[in-house]
Amino acid sequence: MLSRVADNLYWMSRYLERAEHTARILDVNLNLMLDESAAGVDRRWQRVLAALGNPADLAWGGDAYQIAHVLTFDASNRSSITSCITGARENARQVREEISSEQWQRLNQLFHEVGHYNLAENLDALPSEFLLNVIEGVHLFQGVTDSTMSHGEGWHFIQVGRYIERASATANLLNLYHREFWGQAGSVPEGNEYLEWVGLLRSCTAFEAYCKAYTADLNPDRILEFLLLNPEFPHAVRYSIDCLQAALDAIHGEGGKRRAAPLTRLAGRLQASLGFGQISEILSEDVGSYLQGILDQCRDIHTTIYQLYINYSIQTALAG
Amino acid sequence: MGSAGIGRFDSSTLPNYLLDGAYDEMFEAPGQPRGHYVPLLETLTSLPGDEIRRRKHSADLSFLNQGITFTVYGREEGTERIFPYDLLPRIVTSAEWNHVERGLMQRITALNLFLRDIYNEGRILADGIIPPEIVYSCKHFRRQMRGLQVPRNVYIAVVGSDLIRLPSGEFVVLEDNLRVPSGVSYMLTNRRVMKRIFPQLFQRYGVRPIEHYTQALLNTLRSLAPEGRAEPTIVLLSPGVFNSAYFEHAYLARQMGIELVEGRDLVTHDNVVYMRTTTGLRRVDVIYRRVDDDFIDPLAFRGDSVLGVAGLFNAYRAGNVTLANAFGTGVADDKALYAYVPKIVKYYLDQDPILNNLETYLLNDAVQRDHVLQNLDRLVVKAVGESGGYGMLIGPHSTAEQREEFRRRIVADPRNYIAQPTISFSRAPCFIDDTLEARHVDLRPYVLFGDKVTIVPGGLTRVALRRGSLVVNSSQGGGSKDTWVLNQ
Repeated sequence: MLSRVADNLYWMSRYLERAEHTARILDVNLNLMLDESAAGVDRRWQRVLAALGNPADLAWGGDAYQIAHVLTFDASNRSSITSCITGARENARQVREEISSEQWQRLNQLFHEVGHYNLAENLDALPSEFLLNVIEGVHLFQGVTDSTMSHGEGWHFIQVGRYIERASATANLLNLYHREFWGQAGSVPEGNEYLEWVGLLRSCTAFEAYCKAYTADLNPDRILEFLLLNPEFPHAVRYSIDCLQAALDAIHGEGGKRRAAPLTRLAGRLQASLGFGQISEILSEDVGSYLQGILDQCRDIHTTIYQLYINYSIQTALAG
Repeated sequence: MGSAGIGRFDSSTLPNYLLDGAYDEMFEAPGQPRGHYVPLLETLTSLPGDEIRRRKHSADLSFLNQGITFTVYGREEGTERIFPYDLLPRIVTSAEWNHVERGLMQRITALNLFLRDIYNEGRILADGIIPPEIVYSCKHFRRQMRGLQVPRNVYIAVVGSDLIRLPSGEFVVLEDNLRVPSGVSYMLTNRRVMKRIFPQLFQRYGVRPIEHYTQALLNTLRSLAPEGRAEPTIVLLSPGVFNSAYFEHAYLARQMGIELVEGRDLVTHDNVVYMRTTTGLRRVDVIYRRVDDDFIDPLAFRGDSVLGVAGLFNAYRAGNVTLANAFGTGVADDKALYAYVPKIVKYYLDQDPILNNLETYLLNDAVQRDHVLQNLDRLVVKAVGESGGYGMLIGPHSTAEQREEFRRRIVADPRNYIAQPTISFSRAPCFIDDTLEARHVDLRPYVLFGDKVTIVPGGLTRVALRRGSLVVNSSQGGGSKDTWVLNQ
């Protein structure tokens, strides 16, 4: 497969995952905001901005709806949902012969829905309906991708993009919540704090899945364990890294293992640390730097993928 | 078969169906359809009006869903439109086609010999058949190609020549496209849609198939691979997603099962071309390029091009990669050189041309120029290097101001223009606003030249959809229709 094509598929997928994540975080927080004091609102939206990587040109000014509108509709802001979907479509457009026409139609339709949403008409309402449409659109695209595209190299690059984005996003959220709320480990949260933990779980679509595993007893340590180490829940970091590793394996399988050694080592180490780690050990040490470590490793994996498959120098390639 | 059988679509009951001096593809005379159009008329008559409309709608939808579109530049980012097409096929009898086919083979063979000659010995120039200045002043002449051996001596592997029909019904060549002719994807998709829309009619007619075009193109490209590359890697080089023909590039690459690459996907090293893949560099042997000479290699041609591949020309010179078409083929489709094609055919093949040219005035000849300047209102003037219907004056449809403008330009740079009589070329029936109207059509057959010459029967019939218009280019309101060449 052409390097450029792999690059386009990877970013198409990352942008869509990012759009979905942004939509969900906005929806959850706009909803939770209804129950709290002004001071709480400030902290919440600063946290939302941090969770989205503190987008450039956007600072908390006291108006949650204004922030939400920018993050949703502002095509000039690169972090907005609209920009992410446009970016995904632009990447897909350049590899139209590589993806199925069902995929293209689905993505194109999402793009047009987002582009033609009439803001003026819906200004008073929460953009909730819009946000749910985006999430649903991305889910549909993923379903169509899995059922209409050959599960070959291109599909694996799509997987890589999706799960590296998801693992980073979840780890980043855990990091922020940990910094803010992990004061009293072992205590049972009440009132507004209880809502915050629900918010974290819902930001990862994890509330129901968590309740199935641990009942509605919200315990911060268990939440951390669930979102970090659960091998079965699709938004858990461990699950995402397992999928990432499987996709990378499939890709080296087609390209020769020896060349991929540095990447195998990086991804394998992260996978092992999540697979064999225990929550008690992690909690007994510096949780913040553990989470930060995951983020750094994801970044290294990204860089190494680029060095190996996309931006390699001609000299390395000819020597290999 | 009298006019009774064609009822509603008899020419006398079609208020907007213009029959005048121009050759009409369907009607010999008012009320008298040509034999090979009778089954079509019968079918149309037998269908209720809204059934035809329904089929038209279903065809529209089919084009849109398959993404058979071209990019419109301007306002909204990524605006794509379906290529306008007409529901009714243009029908060519097998006798007509055999004549066209023989004529094209002869013409392409001669033009290829001409290219080989002018980039090597230059006999035709030395023998005084063609003035050297016509060749050397052409902006598509590439001195870099002098003395270079190209595989199988084939310069023009893919050709699309534009033919029109004179009032007498004779097919003549309007121009040859020897650089990167486009439109073949519309020929193929038109056919696919038509087969779904008029299946019985199609079967009744016995139409010669064209679906093997992509296979033939692939074989042609493979036959041109450099020596010793038994399993050549073939790619299609596109300028990228912003090019108006990107759909066609993607379509052809997919149909042939080859990679669609852009300049940035290719690198050269030691005069070998590679493409960057996820498994490392992979050697490329044949490039079907859809990028113009000017933009293809910033080292050899325009330095400001970002679409090209640095070092490609040297790799080509070294014989490590084949490009189809070769560089510098544009010299043979220069509109001033066009006037000499009959002499070229005679010179290399010692035959009379089977397909004639349109009468052409060369404006660097003082006598011809004076004649043209006095008759600007009756002639068509074209800039020699332009295509796509740009840089053109159609005398009878022009204003005094436009004629004055062209007079100035011609006097300033006579080599850059030619003039031809305004031809009211043939019209074919089109389904417009629920009835039949006649519109001007041309025909662009596609010729493939590798180890042998292949011409799929038919080609792209382009239609000037605006009433009275003589311009068939899609950039200027033209559309297309399927072309049926009959078995008998």
